[in-house]
Amino acid sequence: MMATKLNSVLTVAGAILFAAALTIPIQANAAGKLVVVTSYPPDTTVTIGKAFEKATGIKTEMLKKKTTAGIKYLQATAANNTSDMFWASAPDAFEVLKGDGLLQKYKVKVKGIPQKVGSFPINDPEGYYKGFAASGYGIMWNTRYLKAKKLPVPTKWSDLEKSIYYGHVGMSAPSRSGTTHLTVETLLQGEGWEKGWAMWKSIAGNFKSVTARSFGVPDGVNSGQFGVGVVIDFFGLSSKASGFPVDFVYPKVTTLVPANIAIVKNAPNPKAASAFIEFLLSPTGQGLLLDKKIMRLPVNPKTYAKAPKGFPNPFKDKSIGSAVKFDLQLSKSRYNVINSLFDVMVTYRLSELRAATKAIQAAEKQLMGKSNAKAKKMIQQARALISKVPISATKASEKSFNKIFKKKRKKKSVKVTGRQAEFEQAWDTEVKANYAKAKALAIKAASML
Amino acid sequence: MNSFSRNRWGIYSLALCIGLFLLIFLIVPVVKVIYVAFQDPNTGALTLINFVDFFSTSLFQESFLNSLYVASMSVLLASVVSIPLAYFTTRFNFGGAVLIQTLGIIPLIMPPFVGAVAMLLLFGENGSANLLINEWFGFTIPFMEGLNGVILVESIHYFPFILINLSAALLNIDRSMEESAQNLGASGTRLFRRIVFPLAMPGYVAGASLVFLKVFDDLGTPLLLNINNMLAPQAYLRISSIGISDPMGYVISVILVVFSLFSMWVSLLALKGKDYSTVQKGGGGLMKRDLRPWEKIGCYAVVILILVFVLSPHIGLGILSFGTIWSFSVMPDAFTFAHYGNMFRAADQYIYNTLLYAGLAALIDVILGTAIAYLVLRTGVVGRKWLDYVASGAVAIPGVVLGIGYLRTFVEFNVPIVDKPLASWWVIIVISLAVRRLPYALRACMAGLQQVSVMLEEASENLGATKSRTVMRIVVPLMSGGIMAGFITSFATASVELSATIMLVSAESDAPLAYGIYEFMQSAAGRGPGAALGIIAVVIVGIATYISHRVIKNFEKKRTAGVVVTEGV
Repeated sequence: MMATKLNSVLTVAGAILFAAALTIPIQANAAGKLVVVTSYPPDTTVTIGKAFEKATGIKTEMLKKKTTAGIKYLQATAANNTSDMFWASAPDAFEVLKGDGLLQKYKVKVKGIPQKVGSFPINDPEGYYKGFAASGYGIMWNTRYLKAKKLPVPTKWSDLEKSIYYGHVGMSAPSRSGTTHLTVETLLQGEGWEKGWAMWKSIAGNFKSVTARSFGVPDGVNSGQFGVGVVIDFFGLSSKASGFPVDFVYPKVTTLVPANIAIVKNAPNPKAASAFIEFLLSPTGQGLLLDKKIMRLPVNPKTYAKAPKGFPNPFKDKSIGSAVKFDLQLSKSRYNVINSLFDVMVTYRLSELRAATKAIQAAEKQLMGKSNAKAKKMIQQARALISKVPISATKASEKSFNKIFKKKRKKKSVKVTGRQAEFEQAWDTEVKANYAKAKALAIKAASML
Repeated sequence: MNSFSRNRWGIYSLALCIGLFLLIFLIVPVVKVIYVAFQDPNTGALTLINFVDFFSTSLFQESFLNSLYVASMSVLLASVVSIPLAYFTTRFNFGGAVLIQTLGIIPLIMPPFVGAVAMLLLFGENGSANLLINEWFGFTIPFMEGLNGVILVESIHYFPFILINLSAALLNIDRSMEESAQNLGASGTRLFRRIVFPLAMPGYVAGASLVFLKVFDDLGTPLLLNINNMLAPQAYLRISSIGISDPMGYVISVILVVFSLFSMWVSLLALKGKDYSTVQKGGGGLMKRDLRPWEKIGCYAVVILILVFVLSPHIGLGILSFGTIWSFSVMPDAFTFAHYGNMFRAADQYIYNTLLYAGLAALIDVILGTAIAYLVLRTGVVGRKWLDYVASGAVAIPGVVLGIGYLRTFVEFNVPIVDKPLASWWVIIVISLAVRRLPYALRACMAGLQQVSVMLEEASENLGATKSRTVMRIVVPLMSGGIMAGFITSFATASVELSATIMLVSAESDAPLAYGIYEFMQSAAGRGPGAALGIIAVVIVGIATYISHRVIKNFEKKRTAGVVVTEGV
């Protein structure tokens, strides 16, 4: 490979400069090499890829892409596809590819995988993609950080609303990370639209930052940039297993969702691809998920017998991921609207939200032990202003409204009025004014105490 | 007359070739992407409504101001760092000069996102520095809070642009100018302020405008520091999260391009109407003087202080690569070599690819850069300014946009013989790097050529040399300082580029170093090995840069030796 590349160096320079098409053959992808587009880190892909090669003799080529970039890559190269598989976490990513007709149906031969994990079906009912592991969202914390700042360990989402955590919490945005989206949606479904958003905004008021990558959250907790993070389980579990002074817990309201794998349509090596799926679901493949650098929940209940002590087992501990009956259709109906709302209200207005939250928390602290009905009412008003959502739950799921936020361009025949940017600016104006008003109210209330 | 028209023909076909290259690999892909900015998101019809939305959105207005603020402050901080360094190396006989020339370029050869990781561990709110300050004095300093962090990381990363270009310009100043000034009684700061610095202005402006543009469009650093309210991150977040057909991301891209061109035009205006060229070469460069002992100590103190400051990302990365667990503590818990062992399993391929891609890209860049600089400054080819504008405009194209554009444009073009789509052939990575780094090489080549007096060429032609012979024997050698600066900046920065590459790598065996580091850094257990790979990257690119520096220097020395002899005669 190296030698052939070097051979062609001069030719390439020549070809580019003089636009002559004299090229020495470059070694193409070796035939039979399985090309997997994946969002997983090398810790996962190298370990599993090596074990797969040992078991079957098939070599793999792992193409690391962010989930969203992976989708775009497959869409862009569809006309001349060179990838065999897509392997990532978020089920909705697979939904997008399925919708574009870029996936190939496949029927699994391995037995012993249940229908559901928590309240979520493991496999795509239509048979396009398969779950190979389960993951759920939870809270991760840095033990040294909490000890140094004298903070208690949080175990519930509502703990994160408390003023003691001000400036200590980190999370990614739902528009950046599919699994973060799921957490936001789960809480909204579990608590209801109004209350759910109110809760998210009180938690967000305590944010230190909204990270641009989902790995930014465990990274921040591991290095101590912030003490508490809202993360997907394997980030927390694998950080702990790698020796970082961190720990992880599932709060009661969480959803377990399968992480998936699928065969790409017109795959160059369909046989090798199906062998990979079978391997991943076999007892050996499932056992690999318990490697300390991977730490994902297997979908085969029998594998848990080999798990380390204290490892969560959703097939036994029914409290994990079953408190909320997750409604996939409801989630789908407002997917992009939720992303946009969160970004407008939290991600891009974080400093305003933090300032208002700080003022309210200060006023609440002053109010403690005193009785001042007027000040109390003002603080409540301030809280209400922060919680306010520009649109109702019904509007958020409205079909014609959602079309404005659709990722793909609509057919010319579909008539849509209004643009996303227009709505976002209107929301932004409203939200910014509310935060400013809330801050002013809280300061005024505090001055009366 | 005959030779005149032959020259014209040659020049026009050269311009045409360059134009074609830029058209295919820059304009078409970008237009394919930017076209979306002018489409109605609902109907697909052409419209300007998206721009109306942009200018009436307060978030975008803020982002624009933030980007402007960060870019300006970064130029300021980078100048504070680089002007003394450049001045010391060129003005005094001082052992530290070698130190500056080698260590001063190192910040460029680290992906900024890696630098940001290290800077957070050292200077973050709970980083080493603040943990110590908090323990001793009971407060913390917000080095890395909000926009401060971006300014700090960016200026540390990009100041070598000013250092390299300014040093090259200072070395090219005609000594007689300085002597005349001294004869007329100027000395010390007055000499520097009134004579030296103005004469070095093309180099400074070239470097400063590069820093400004680069920071203005940099994506990785603000993203890693979780700063969303700036233009480039907004464009990226829009495209990557809302979706490829959301127009606002593309509108922002258009704004970035337009603004970058505008600021370049302003920098051109600033230099207009002034003649910076020097007739005499060979005996050039400022007069160097020896330092008195106490001055030497002062200079060393300043230089070492600055170097420790600008190398702090590397120091942090070094500690990270040897440390076991580094979490909420001043130093890691223990030290180990294990990360280097883990990292070597994949490193050789990454290293080889990086050297190959960056070397080729830099070579393409200096050839194109020299050609364009010559066309612009020395010929009357119609549309030559546009070659300059277009090539320089590449600096304003976010890497992601170029990446998506390449995927869209070249996926259905199958390369003959290789039988692969061009979009997934490794050569496309080289081309994208060359296009993205061309502006650097071009600025440096321009500055180099600007300092060569046209009279020397006229003399050459009067003596019967053809145009091409004059270019090869007179112009290129005389501007070799600029070409060298261009090659080094292009090479060093191309070897750590990530944003376009990440879209275009289609097989792991084609992946360069920055991609490998990024991949490692995405898992808890990979931070140590990722840092180790980062250190390896710095060392290797550093050595490669040094070697190319030496090769060109030696070459130059041999030739100038010849020149001096003839002058003596």
